[in-house]
Amino acid sequence: MIFRVFEKEELKKLVELLIAHNRVVGPVEAGKDSSGIPIYAFGEIFEFKDLRLNYTTTKLSAKKYFLPFKEELATFRMDTMNWQKEINYNVKSPLILFGLHPCDINALNKLDKVLIHSDYPMPYYLAKRKNTFIVGVNCEPQPSCFCRSMGTDTAMHGFDLFITDLGNRYFAEIHTDTAYNFLKHIKTTEPCEDDHVRYMKIVSERNKKFVTYVDTTDLMKILDMEFQSEVWKHWGDRCLACGTCSSVCPTCYCYGVEESVDIDLKRARKLKMLYSCNLIDFAEVAGGHNFRPERSTRLKYRYYHKHRGFVEAFEESLCVGCGRCGEACLAEIRVPDVINSVRSNGVRV
Amino acid sequence: MDGEVRTYLGVPLYRPKVAFFEFTSCEGCQLQILNNEVNLLDFFSLIEVVNFREVMTERSDDYEIAFVEGSITTDNEIKRLKRIRRQAKMLIAFGSCACFGGVNQLKNRFRDLDYVKREVYGEHPVESKKVRAIDEIVDVDLRIYGCPVRKEEVEKIVLHIALGKSLTVPKYPVCVECKANENICLFDLGEPCLGPITRAGCNAWCPTNRAGCWGCRGPAEDVNMEEMLRIMKGHGFSEETIMDRLECFGGFSPVKIPEESIR
Repeated sequence: MIFRVFEKEELKKLVELLIAHNRVVGPVEAGKDSSGIPIYAFGEIFEFKDLRLNYTTTKLSAKKYFLPFKEELATFRMDTMNWQKEINYNVKSPLILFGLHPCDINALNKLDKVLIHSDYPMPYYLAKRKNTFIVGVNCEPQPSCFCRSMGTDTAMHGFDLFITDLGNRYFAEIHTDTAYNFLKHIKTTEPCEDDHVRYMKIVSERNKKFVTYVDTTDLMKILDMEFQSEVWKHWGDRCLACGTCSSVCPTCYCYGVEESVDIDLKRARKLKMLYSCNLIDFAEVAGGHNFRPERSTRLKYRYYHKHRGFVEAFEESLCVGCGRCGEACLAEIRVPDVINSVRSNGVRV
Repeated sequence: MDGEVRTYLGVPLYRPKVAFFEFTSCEGCQLQILNNEVNLLDFFSLIEVVNFREVMTERSDDYEIAFVEGSITTDNEIKRLKRIRRQAKMLIAFGSCACFGGVNQLKNRFRDLDYVKREVYGEHPVESKKVRAIDEIVDVDLRIYGCPVRKEEVEKIVLHIALGKSLTVPKYPVCVECKANENICLFDLGEPCLGPITRAGCNAWCPTNRAGCWGCRGPAEDVNMEEMLRIMKGHGFSEETIMDRLECFGGFSPVKIPEESIR
């Protein structure tokens, strides 16, 4: 691994250099909530000042750049007796994703396991993932963050460059030759002993700031034991079945496919739309039977996919503990509360 | 509105005879169809319109599909609607007035409907009974929700009828489309919104324009009203604000609102 340090004003140079030649996206301020607190989102960076590297967390995750909410998988050109299929992986240009937190980098690594390193890789995802240059940035833990419990508070791979604010300068972790070549354009130096000490101090200070923890010991087994637990009904009674948890989640990848015909009958399209297991007809099959008509069952299976099924398949949870779902849920259904209630076999919130 | 029969992959399409009718309404839903100039000719090539007051003078009672806009407020409307039902193989409730009574049904809130009539018409009263959705009078085969209807959805439904594809309407709430549009949640902005309980299909039309949902498309198929009321109250919205929204289009009247959860 190659480490470098650079002065703060060099960052502006780097970002401006990247913007000049590439499509750059990163955390931006999308607005302010009713209490005047900034609301962050991932969006296009046109100028260095658009970039909010000290952002708390974004409402929606960055998965939209890899798994768009709606995506055209194929178009069919029809003529009188024939049709022609055209496939487009929808990568317009390489993308630079500047300022991803460790949880979101880990989320992509988890998605890779399903969508790239499985028996049926998804080319639409792969094409976008391979054409994205990722710059990670260290974060300030928020009260809703429980990534430390999920083992996703640091990112080991899945990015090109990771920068940590040392206060006076940036500490850079170079993972790819692309990142190395980009950094050649700004002034960087070899980190000295003082930088190492400073880096370690920042890491240990950050670790003290986590306030929300989830006990995941034996969680897979406990979920099996508590399959019939009453707590699921409690959370089901609260759930709005609006799918917001999945929409904001950086790892929810379930989707539906629909075929549509243009009104001029000249083209047809195969459209993919991200879907949520909490929506009423998620488990409805041809003929109209619904395997999960109750909200409690649907909510339960979302937890079973994240914390049981995925663990069985990949030896890690599909949840990165970013806390977005709990923050976005109007009914205030939060992962730590749900898991704690299952563990203690009762609702104590 | 004649034209040659269109084909899809060599198969001739069935071109049904269609009539549009309006009852107590603003006729804005029918206007939505005309308000879609780009696709208008393609749209009309899929159906043979035999009755459509807003676009043509000819009228015929030889139709298979009837689009019925508006709610029912007079005895004469009841007779007309029943006549349409006898003729139509498929009767479509077109827009929220036809589906739930729409904005018109707000007057049903008053116990004394004569008072309403006096307030509105003064010295010149007209016949106007309690507002009813059309399915309170006749059987309805399909409902197209919205105030107004969304033209893309109408187009898709008509296209599916022509192609013989099944017709589906989203069962999930507006939040799904709102999140896909990457909107800031209106609750974060301190605005009331019925998005979490209202049927999607409008592509989150109002929330995307930073206006909270008023529930014009009626309830989604799995509505947690109790929790929704708790949330609205928790965000500091008054009972009046909540009821104004829930009662505006009539879609939520079949959903039981537990009294105690509002007070």
